[in-house]
Amino acid sequence: MSLPATLFLQSTNFIDAAYIVAFSLLIYGMTGLTGPRTAVRGNKIAAVGMAIAVIATLLRQHEFSGSGTVWLILLGIAIGTAIGIPAALRVKMTAMPQMVAIFNGVGGGAVALIAWVEFRHGFVPTTHPFASGGFPLRVEIFELFGAIIGSVSFWGSTVAFGKLQEILPGRPIKLPGQGLLNLGLLTITVASAVILCAGSHSQALFIVGILVAAALLGNMVVLPIGGADMPVVISLLNACTGLSAAATGLALGNPVMIVAGMIVGASGTILTNQMATAMNRTVPAIIAGGFGGVVAAPAGAAGSDPTRSGTVRSTSAQDVAIQLSYARLVVIAPGYGMAVAQAQHAVRELERALEAKGVEVKYAIHPVAGRMPGHMNVLLAEADVPYDLLREMDDINPEFSRTDVTLVIGANDVTNPAAKNEPGSPIYGMPILEVDRSGAVVVLKRSMASGFAGIDNPLFYEPKTSMLFGDAKASVSEITAEVQSL
Amino acid sequence: MNNLVIDIAVLVLAGFVGYTVISKVPNTLHTPLMSGTNAIHGIVVLGGLLLMAESSGFLEKLLLVIAVAFGTINVIGGFLVTDRMLGMFKSKDKPPLREASSDDDSGPVA
Repeated sequence: MSLPATLFLQSTNFIDAAYIVAFSLLIYGMTGLTGPRTAVRGNKIAAVGMAIAVIATLLRQHEFSGSGTVWLILLGIAIGTAIGIPAALRVKMTAMPQMVAIFNGVGGGAVALIAWVEFRHGFVPTTHPFASGGFPLRVEIFELFGAIIGSVSFWGSTVAFGKLQEILPGRPIKLPGQGLLNLGLLTITVASAVILCAGSHSQALFIVGILVAAALLGNMVVLPIGGADMPVVISLLNACTGLSAAATGLALGNPVMIVAGMIVGASGTILTNQMATAMNRTVPAIIAGGFGGVVAAPAGAAGSDPTRSGTVRSTSAQDVAIQLSYARLVVIAPGYGMAVAQAQHAVRELERALEAKGVEVKYAIHPVAGRMPGHMNVLLAEADVPYDLLREMDDINPEFSRTDVTLVIGANDVTNPAAKNEPGSPIYGMPILEVDRSGAVVVLKRSMASGFAGIDNPLFYEPKTSMLFGDAKASVSEITAEVQSL
Repeated sequence: MNNLVIDIAVLVLAGFVGYTVISKVPNTLHTPLMSGTNAIHGIVVLGGLLLMAESSGFLEKLLLVIAVAFGTINVIGGFLVTDRMLGMFKSKDKPPLREASSDDDSGPVA
């Protein structure tokens, strides 16, 4: 510690400068994430910013701490690395939504644990500007905010992970009086936090109570939300974790945490709103129980509805191949079914086979197709589909009228014309891919079961629609083989 | 009190930065963006590092080690997964992005 260089590296000025460099890189990296050409580099720049922030913090800490602390920190980092790297490298692209959910959850968990320790101890870190004082109210308020939101985020994300991984049922799980129960839990959590701030209660115990109440709340809020709404929920929880990280930054007086956390909080909120708008829902409506309340009725009534009793035309791979080969423009509308069947590579082959025959092929991407916004883009990119072939909903909808055949692969709700025509439908008003305007529609589907939202799709009963039942991957491969042999 | 005001000013400005940056993102990149911002909130790991030195007793140390491990998973996993996803986005007539970015002098689109 006697070398001048060491002292310089550990001086507050140097650390502060490093922090400024770190959050500049984080912001600069994020601006890169806004375009496909700059995104890879943007992500790397952000990672460098993160590394600088961590190293600077370690340098600062080294001054106060014995070697025991350093080893414990390294132990934590080693455990995290040992779990994080293999998980990130092995996860399949189709499982990406649950991976993001669980990464988000552990972030929230870290916030909650940090708040817990701080309250147990009742200390202010020595690096803090108020180090001389006791435990200022601002630290308490921000830490409690972080503790509550972090805990909700951890448990909410874990439930979301369970649902997407199909460990838990994807359908909404709802208790009677769920709304009141949630409200009650929220009240208890917030009231406890206020009491903790105001009084001189045993902080070590009280904080555990608050964390448990917030944990229950996190479970209760996400359990009733159906699989179709999961993307919005994950995005919302992502924003929450960001905000809780910013709150922890305020409590600890750490500028990088404030900036990074708040940026994620702000961007996550916008993303959540954009997604909710794309589904014609509001965020409060989704949180209040989502499709849970609405689904039961139409799903049950669908069978008895006389207008839905039309016949469904089943077709064969051979017929589809002929239909596609003699078309000028084919639009492929993929959905979660394509992801489940891992059919993206097979779809790409079909596209190539058709292009070899001079057929123009485009992909119609609904903003909330799949279990995550942009999920289809990632899967198709994995299968080497050039992103200029992917068309967003607003661009492709005017083109359906000149489309000869639309191939719907495992998409259901995002193509459901009921969203346009049936004011009684739970998804009425949701913008959809207007596939029913194309010359012919071929729907690849495992069975006649309704989509994740549990809503019947009148598209299947239209005279221009034919259905090809079976596993999407097998069906697409069969069609490709037939196209090539024509 | 002064410090609190400055911190909150930073908070508000960061909020506007986040808003401005993200309003322009195309749907195509929503999943990588979510995953990228996800990695960024792993910054909470700093909290664990800051508190470790001053914690005492087995329970506190244990909680912090878990917190640091969680934060590390969040950061490393998040960045890696985002990198993997983005590596797959390719344009039709152009070489893969990884190569393209090295000779691309325009910098991130503002």
